[in-house]
Amino acid sequence: MDVFMRLLVNVLEEGFIYGLMTMGVFITYSVLHFPDLSVDGTFPLGACLTAALINAGVHPPAALAIAFAAGCAAGAVTGFLHVKLRITDLLSGILVMTALWSVNLVILGGRAVLPFYNKPTVFNTGIASLLSGELYKRRVLIIVAAIAIAIKLLLDIYYKTKSGLLLRAVGDNAQFVSSQGVDPGGMKALGLMLGNGLAALSGSVLAQQAESANIQSGTGMVVMGLASVIIGTSLLGGVRWIKATTAVLFGAIIYKAALVAAMQLGLPTNYLKLLMSVLFAAALMAGKTLDGRRAHGKARR
Amino acid sequence: MEKPADKYIADKYINENPMVRMAGIHKTFNRDSVNERIVFTDFNLSIRRGEFLSVVGSNGSGKTTMLNILCGTIPQDGGAIEVSGANIDRLKEFERAKFIGRVFQDPSKGTCASLTILENMALADNKGRPYLLGRGVNRSRAGEYRAMLEPLGLGLENQMHVTVGSLSGGQRQALALLICTMTPIDLLILDEHTASLDPRSSETVMALTERVVLDKKLTTLMVTHNLRFAVDYGSRLLMLHQGVPVVDVSGAERSAYSVDDLLRKFNEISIADGNGI
Repeated sequence: MDVFMRLLVNVLEEGFIYGLMTMGVFITYSVLHFPDLSVDGTFPLGACLTAALINAGVHPPAALAIAFAAGCAAGAVTGFLHVKLRITDLLSGILVMTALWSVNLVILGGRAVLPFYNKPTVFNTGIASLLSGELYKRRVLIIVAAIAIAIKLLLDIYYKTKSGLLLRAVGDNAQFVSSQGVDPGGMKALGLMLGNGLAALSGSVLAQQAESANIQSGTGMVVMGLASVIIGTSLLGGVRWIKATTAVLFGAIIYKAALVAAMQLGLPTNYLKLLMSVLFAAALMAGKTLDGRRAHGKARR
Repeated sequence: MEKPADKYIADKYINENPMVRMAGIHKTFNRDSVNERIVFTDFNLSIRRGEFLSVVGSNGSGKTTMLNILCGTIPQDGGAIEVSGANIDRLKEFERAKFIGRVFQDPSKGTCASLTILENMALADNKGRPYLLGRGVNRSRAGEYRAMLEPLGLGLENQMHVTVGSLSGGQRQALALLICTMTPIDLLILDEHTASLDPRSSETVMALTERVVLDKKLTTLMVTHNLRFAVDYGSRLLMLHQGVPVVDVSGAERSAYSVDDLLRKFNEISIADGNGI
């Protein structure tokens, strides 16, 4: 039972951390219909920047904010390449992802891994230090859940603002946005900034939890994010009172649970990325079948 | 009986300064290739304030190209465009949209499918102002939106929280027309906006169009393949052929123009082109 609890807590912790990135991928993939590969670079950008900043004595919450801003800036570059230079969506993402590898290396001072053990992080200062006894033991879960839920609520509010409504409109019908006198390219860039900002924030939280940043931590993030989005939206997308952000967070947790379950069943760690791709393909297929059934059900009603 | 032409232009809206002026427009597609197609060489068009211009013409006559150049969807090769006395050549499509409203042939272009009727209207209501972090839908305006939807007689006022994607083509087009005339515009462009609707919906949308144009005293440019609509609606009638206006009538001459006259003209052109025999 103890083992099960530990696994469950582990799944939830990672689910919430990667859920931040997943909410970002939801913006680019589902709202903008933009398959954004730059996430593979912006996730470790957040992690690497955090390691460098905390080693330099920056406050942990400030590191979160700076990581988010840096992610936004990288997303703006993807947007610029796509909107202004008219490079295709996939290529724009690949270019930024590749370029960020060097940027991340420079940030880490040429190292592949930069630890910051026993330095202050959001998990041992601030709110964390107010928690006592039993709660302190669960501080990682409490804090990552608080961050993920706060971001989810902020996004829900944002989607209802004028800017948010227009962002939802642009992926659907860029002409409509243009007809309202707004540059659709600018809205796309804004969406890419938000999406990559959240990916970098996610990387920053992961680094603070691990007290170390790894330049390779971004590999497979796009696949993980997309799979989580598709799992979440196909399982819960049809339920009217569940918001997309909730569904997507849930998707990230389910996805992590599936990975952990496979590991527990004895799958060697080397097969992790292979399993991630297989899970993604399975989610895509399942999502299509579910959507098909749902559409069919609607037509009959 | 009131002649169709008379009701659009009340004297006070006639102004010597035209609302739209396209002067010396040149446009060639695929220049210097085997597919080169010259659409306009020195095309000129003025539309007066308050005028409702109906444009007909066969495929390839340049109707759509004219609209696309006017709206900034494609650039012209030469010539100048003025709206309300100001040159707009340097403005991008989305910048021109602030004063040019356009209803497209495809009903899905004028509205956003994944948003509700209310959200669509709220976004259009904010046109010309920045889209920031204010509340997207202003509840206090919902009553006004409802009052705008009621006269359509399509029952849309009771479906304000329904996503637009689930509406019929006719309903979406009626909504698109309403949306693009919500804020004041200089020019309304109707780009074959009834062409993809069934006959009954197109009658409804056309009747609605006339009401909106008269109510808001809009300068209107309508391109249509429906000769009866072209003759029944509007204060001026233009027929384009190979980028040149071959018919341009207004006033009493326009009122006397019939669908048969138009058909005869089409046939004349067709025979002149060698397609008649």
